[in-house]
Amino acid sequence: MTVRVQQQDFDTAAELDRLTAGQTRIGAAVTFSGLVRDFADTAPGSTQSMTLEHYPGMTERQLEAIVSEARQRWPLEDCLVIHRYGRLAPGDRIVLVITTSAHRQAAFEANAFLVDWLKTKAPFWKLEEHGGERRWVDAKESDDEAAARWQR
Amino acid sequence: MRILYFALLRERVGTAEETVSPPAEVKTVADLLAWLRSRSAGHEAALANAALVRVAVNQDYAGPDQPVQAGDEIAIFPPVTGG
Repeated sequence: MTVRVQQQDFDTAAELDRLTAGQTRIGAAVTFSGLVRDFADTAPGSTQSMTLEHYPGMTERQLEAIVSEARQRWPLEDCLVIHRYGRLAPGDRIVLVITTSAHRQAAFEANAFLVDWLKTKAPFWKLEEHGGERRWVDAKESDDEAAARWQR
Repeated sequence: MRILYFALLRERVGTAEETVSPPAEVKTVADLLAWLRSRSAGHEAALANAALVRVAVNQDYAGPDQPVQAGDEIAIFPPVTGG
């Protein structure tokens, strides 16, 4: 299992290949890519940039804890989480979550769990710029609800 | 005790980091937040709305009753918005 928090871009296909190369027990690999979209609560096309701030140290710790939890709950072969920080433009990749398993259900469910949980637990904050104005993105109740469905 | 601020709360407090020595009666996260609010108008503006304040002690999330002590790394930040 791997967690990476980095400024630089990543290559989704290369990461998927690396995780699955030579593995014959993997029947399913689920890939989630999070991208910067060019609208938020405002009009389409209005977001000029998004800057992600994080808490070095705690961010990695939290992501690793979330990954450990996923591995306890589902029979995963492997799992990769890459999350970027710094200034990004619309269309840029922000986050990559890949889960691999013998069967698709575990890979799908664990992937959704990881994304839902990292959105509510990993210390990242988004700052958007539109029309020369900067605005910190508010946390969404819908994200808390999405994460809460995994409570047990 | 080292205090780190992030995102909107960092901007409101006006610093990313400060080292403080609170009085002995500051024993918990809640005590610390109340004491920090008295330090400046910026601290007050950052910390007044408890619903928008999250705390981590030594890089793990902490509730209001969690003890704090000298040497701890305390991070104070708004609800997270990654992913």
